[in-house]
Amino acid sequence: MIDNIASLVNSDANLVQRGRFVDTTFMIAIDEAYTLIRVQEGRIVKVTPGPFITPDYSFALHASRGVWEKYWQPLPPLGFTDIFALVKQKLMRVEGDLRPFMANLLYFKDVIAAPRKEAAR
Amino acid sequence: MSPRFEPIIGRYLHLDLLGKPHRLYVEEAGAGIPLLCLHTAGSDARQYRGLMNDARVTAYFRVIAFDMPWHGKSSPPAGWQATDYQLTSRDYVRMIVEVADALGLDKPVAMGCSIGGRIVLHLAHECPERFRALIGLESAAHTEPYYDLSWLNRPDVHGGMVCAGVVSGLVAPTAPDAGRWETLWHYMQSGPGVFKGDLHFYMIDGDIRGRVDDIDIKRCPLFLLTGEYDYSCTSEATLDIAKRTGAEAVIMKDLGHFPMSEDPPKFVSYLLPVLEKIRAL
Repeated sequence: MIDNIASLVNSDANLVQRGRFVDTTFMIAIDEAYTLIRVQEGRIVKVTPGPFITPDYSFALHASRGVWEKYWQPLPPLGFTDIFALVKQKLMRVEGDLRPFMANLLYFKDVIAAPRKEAAR
Repeated sequence: MSPRFEPIIGRYLHLDLLGKPHRLYVEEAGAGIPLLCLHTAGSDARQYRGLMNDARVTAYFRVIAFDMPWHGKSSPPAGWQATDYQLTSRDYVRMIVEVADALGLDKPVAMGCSIGGRIVLHLAHECPERFRALIGLESAAHTEPYYDLSWLNRPDVHGGMVCAGVVSGLVAPTAPDAGRWETLWHYMQSGPGVFKGDLHFYMIDGDIRGRVDDIDIKRCPLFLLTGEYDYSCTSEATLDIAKRTGAEAVIMKDLGHFPMSEDPPKFVSYLLPVLEKIRAL
């Protein structure tokens, strides 16, 4: 579901510009499948699928496959439209050093939602 | 496009509010039954510009919206630099009543969204006789915090951007882009700590769950409108208030937490039947 996240993000000039000060690695967990995503100057420069022994990342988003599948629909069902909607319902857990995430929240929300664009094709 | 003025008039009102001199920015349009509009946390009265520019509303209603102290073009009271802004239920109720009195409004309709949708429940409980009717947009009796509010005001995170980022998902995904981003712009312009100070009321002090059953809608009619995509004030929370009070509630399709600014024409289509009922009271 996130195989093409790099090209989806990097081809969006406005999104890259919004994240131009972002330099971090974050993790997406789909059930027990972990992926590290490296961001530099707003561009995704590396996507590394797990498993990992000692993953090094700033923050991670954990949810079940079923939740991510609904979240990544082009028009998600009610309650699945936003990360905070999932967190509020305890369907997603965001943990780690949240400073890069919160300081660039509009950027990361669109980065993490980028697979919706592919689903819409 | 040929230049044109909107029918909205904005002025600054000097008054004593909560025991202190204040300078408040007040906008209005239309004539008829006074309709006092209350903006959401960390935003301002611009949210209601669509309503104020809709002749179907302003033909019968004098639509008034003010920027709360600390918000929009209303200054915080002198000495603000030595205080932490924190909205309480007591101050919020007093503020609305004192502004209505200062404007000489005779039994206005009060309509508020989010924190405003909560405070109309407090008004319904505490002073229903002061109002012709109350309209709660995105009303919930309580909302538990679902993120750490301290992120909203700290020097290493841009306050405007994080506040807009937090609320961005509350706009319906189906909303027009212009409405979505104008709504977020208001949040980006909020003063430091103001959204967080409002959320003290929204998530802590303003909990009215224990008093909803005491609201008597015969003393003042209560109408509830909630956007289906709102996960902060949920449809379930609104319908619970309706069930417990007998108030009329409508869940609005394709709208979120900011119906009046994210898609004004769609919102007005839901509001007009309510306003017709109020005119017939």
